[in-house]
Amino acid sequence: MSEGISQPDRPQVREGDAPDLFSKFDDLIAMREGLLASGQEDPFNLVMEKVLSPTRAICNGRDTILLGTYNYMGMTFDPDVVAAGKQALADFGSGTTGSRVLNGTYQGHRECEDALREFYAMDHAMVFSTGYQANLGIISTIAGKGDYIVLDIDSHASIWDGCAMGKAEVVPFRHNDLDAMEKRLRRIPEDAGKLVVLEGVYSMLGDVAPLKEMVAIAKKYGAMVLVDEAHSMGFIGENGRGVCEEQGVIEDVDFIIGTFSKSVGTVGGFCVSNHPKFEIMRLVCRPYVFTASLPPSVVATAATSIRKLMHGGNKRAHLWENSRRLHAGLKDLGFELGTDEPQSAIVAVIMPDLAKGAAMWEALLKEGLYVNLARPPATPANMTLLRCSLCAEHSAEEVGTILGMFERAGKAVGII
Amino acid sequence: MDRAQTDQTIRSLIEPFNKKGIEIADSTTFAGDLEFDSLTVMDFVAAIEDEFDVIISMNQQAEIETYGQLVDAVHKMQADA
Repeated sequence: MSEGISQPDRPQVREGDAPDLFSKFDDLIAMREGLLASGQEDPFNLVMEKVLSPTRAICNGRDTILLGTYNYMGMTFDPDVVAAGKQALADFGSGTTGSRVLNGTYQGHRECEDALREFYAMDHAMVFSTGYQANLGIISTIAGKGDYIVLDIDSHASIWDGCAMGKAEVVPFRHNDLDAMEKRLRRIPEDAGKLVVLEGVYSMLGDVAPLKEMVAIAKKYGAMVLVDEAHSMGFIGENGRGVCEEQGVIEDVDFIIGTFSKSVGTVGGFCVSNHPKFEIMRLVCRPYVFTASLPPSVVATAATSIRKLMHGGNKRAHLWENSRRLHAGLKDLGFELGTDEPQSAIVAVIMPDLAKGAAMWEALLKEGLYVNLARPPATPANMTLLRCSLCAEHSAEEVGTILGMFERAGKAVGII
Repeated sequence: MDRAQTDQTIRSLIEPFNKKGIEIADSTTFAGDLEFDSLTVMDFVAAIEDEFDVIISMNQQAEIETYGQLVDAVHKMQADA
C-alpha cells in the first residue's frame, strides 16, 4: 500500500557545489561532541542490557533503579499481561503484515478496542500503531485547510506534527493561560471549523491543565476539543480516565488521545470518542491506513492490561504516595521542582544549565539511578530538566534510596 | 489607521522584545537580526494580536521574515477587517 515513488540509489559523491544537506545539523553535532569529549556518558545512547522488573534494569553494566520510564502502573511484567502476549504470539504469529483496513485487523485488535470502549465508557475506539500516530492521524485528518487549531504552546511534538500535516491555521497560546486561549478563540471567524487541542498532564514539568475552565471556553466558541491523556491514564480520575474525568468535563471532550506505551505497558496509541460519525476515520486517516497494524501479542497484552487497570485502585494509591514522597523529599533537599505540589506521577527537577544537568544525570547513573535528561528544544522556556516518572511498583524503601542518591549526586555536582 | 501609524504602534510593541536594542528597519529579520526564539515570537505576536484585535496564525507567521513584511501584513489585516 505504499505511495512512495521508487528511486534509484543516490550517488555518495555529489557533483558541483550543492550544499551537503546534513550541514544544518552541524551545531547540534558540535554540541554533542563537546559534551561527550568532557568524559560524559551519552545521555541519549543508554543501553539496558537486562530488564529485571518494571523498576530495575542493568544499564551500562550497573544495577539501576528506573525512574524515567513512564511505566506508571508497572504492567510490563504483570503475569496475566505477559501470559496473554505469549498465547497470542503462539496462536496468531509474530505480526499481521498488513494495514488495519486490509489484512491487519485480527480478533485481538477488536478485543483491544472493546476494552478501550469499556474503560472510557465511550462509543468508539480506534487503535493506532503508536501514540505519535494517533495524534498525527486524528489531528491532521479532522482539521484541514481553512480550519483553525488552537493549542497550548507546550504541546507534544506529535500534536505539532499533526497540525502541520493537516495544513489548518495553527494558533498557539501561552501554556495553561485561559485568557490567552479565549482571546484567540474569540478572534477566529465564526463560520470556521475550530479544534482546541489540550493535554491532561504536560510531560515536561508534570503539571496538569485547568481542563474544566478550558473545555468550557472552547465550547462557548463552538470548538471541538481533543485532549491528550497519555500521562494520566490508569491513575488520574475516578476510573483512571484522566484529568478530564477528574475535573468533571469528560462528557464535553470530543476526542481523547492515549497511548499504550505508558500505564498500559506496551506500545500503540488510540483515540476514543462519542462522535456519531467517528468510524469514518478508519477510511480517511492516512497514518491509520498506510501502516501495518500492531502485532497480535501487543494488542493482547494491551487489552489484558487495560482491563486490569480498571481495578487498579491499590496500585494507584501507592503510585500517588510515591509521587508525594519523592516530591516532598526533593523539595526538602533544596532542589527546584517543576511544580510546587505534586500534580501527577512526573516530578521534574530543574537544572541550572545543560552542563550541570548532564553532570547530574551522569552522577545519578553512577549511583544506580536512571532519570530522563530533557533539554531544549523539547523543554519549555529552554530549561534543562531531570525528569523523574514514578511507578506503582517502586517500593517505599526504593523511594528512600532514590532520595539518598539525589542528595549525594546533587552535592557532588554542586547543585544543592 | 495608515501604514505609518501601524508601523509606529508595532515599533513601540517590539521595544520590550528588542533586548539588544537593534535598530529596526523594514529589512530587519526576526530570526536573524533580532534573534527571536519561538517563545519570544509567541509573546510578541500575542502583543500585536491584542493591540490590533487580529489573529496571526503560525502559517501566516511563516511567511513573515522581516519587520516590513509584518507591518504590511498587519496593515492589510486591518484594511480588510
